[in-house]
Amino acid sequence: MIVWIIIIAAVVFLGFVLYNSVIAAKMRVGEAFSQIDVQLKRRTDLIPNLVETVKGYAKHEKEVFEEVTKARAALVSAKGVEEKAKANSELGNTLKSLFAVAEAYPNLRASENFSALQEELSDTENKIAYARQFYNSTVMDYNTKLATFPTVIFAQMLNFHPAEFFAATDAEKKEVNVKF
Amino acid sequence: MNIYSAISANKWKTWLIIVLFVVFLTTVGFVFGKAEGNTWGFTTIALTIAAFSSIGSFYFSDQLVLASVGAKEIQEKDNPTLFHTVENLCIGDGLPTPKIYVMDTDAPNAFATGRDPKHAVVCVTQGLLTRLNKAELEGVIAHELSHVKNFDTRLMAVVAVLVGAVVIMANLFQYQMFWGGFRRSRDDNDNGNIQLIFLAIGIIFAILSPIVATLIQLALSRKREYLADASGAYLTRYPEGLASALEKIEKYKEPMPQVSNSTAQLFIENPLTGKNAGGWLANLFDTHPPIEDRIRILRSM
Repeated sequence: MIVWIIIIAAVVFLGFVLYNSVIAAKMRVGEAFSQIDVQLKRRTDLIPNLVETVKGYAKHEKEVFEEVTKARAALVSAKGVEEKAKANSELGNTLKSLFAVAEAYPNLRASENFSALQEELSDTENKIAYARQFYNSTVMDYNTKLATFPTVIFAQMLNFHPAEFFAATDAEKKEVNVKF
Repeated sequence: MNIYSAISANKWKTWLIIVLFVVFLTTVGFVFGKAEGNTWGFTTIALTIAAFSSIGSFYFSDQLVLASVGAKEIQEKDNPTLFHTVENLCIGDGLPTPKIYVMDTDAPNAFATGRDPKHAVVCVTQGLLTRLNKAELEGVIAHELSHVKNFDTRLMAVVAVLVGAVVIMANLFQYQMFWGGFRRSRDDNDNGNIQLIFLAIGIIFAILSPIVATLIQLALSRKREYLADASGAYLTRYPEGLASALEKIEKYKEPMPQVSNSTAQLFIENPLTGKNAGGWLANLFDTHPPIEDRIRILRSM
């Protein structure tokens, strides 16, 4: 009789441990996703500064400023992985145009403010890339737990679904043309 | 082998070594106790001493190490490139950014210390900063962050404590032998002959155990270096960065005068000798695995 109780208790305990590890993995995925947002926000916060600095030297390029501001607003209001990814690549494109425009103004290129902002933006792009890499690591960990024995047994039962990896959009994967 | 299997293989082997170490330690304590005639009392006294000294080292070892090598903390504005490199790699691994220190020496080297990622420290030398390019620096920092993430830094402190406990017990046993004499065993089951046998074994252990304990500690350290190489390569997804950094570090032959034997094992490459001096016995006592092996493994990933 006692033996049965011990066996059942052990199985229940094991169930607790496995369930908790799946939940912990899922929480980490959520946190890693929010961390990408932290870096994206950092980038969107840099943009107004950048626009103002460029405006100081290139007042007449109104079109480009409008595009950048619009794309930024779109990214801020985007929700969900796919929408954010699209808005993000849109913003990236407009920033490329902004920097292309800045090429035509040697005074702007020489200004310390501008080069500091360029540095910060480039560092932020690195941070966004690393945040995405970490997010993918947590997704792999979580999805693996859902697919491997023994957690796979109750994963389906309790409605755990695999998370999506972060993938580059087709536009982002295209070759970049650099013209001097 | 690929990046993933290197990580899991090392983790598994390391746990095996720890289990063997703990069994060894317990056996040594028991043998000394039996030979003494006071089986458990001796062991508990020794372990109590070890426990008190270990708590101190657990909480203060990083400060002691940093002070002993003369490193200075840097902030973001002092060296933005280095700071951003560390910060970005931490984002990639989900770690909080550690304190960053720089040692003012020309020898290229680096180490990490601290009991957990929240209280971690990464230190590089000036020589490293001037010699390595960005990819190589990332490889080295990723290796050090892996030590932090895998709790190597805490593990090395704990293992050092176990070794310290063995040494303390061996010393206590030897003092007792010279000054204390022996009581007839208090255990009812023992007789004089068994006690003599244990005495003989105890003497052998007293001589050998510090050596064996140190060897095990060094073996643990070596496995962990391979694991940190693998984890670091996984973080940067670019094993060649660390491989070429190790090549550059190996070329430098001068030893670092301010580093002691106990802190030497924390560095990414042995700071006390520029190259692997001679054969098998020397390798056994080296704190780091051979650089050629590490480079070869990294390049095969």
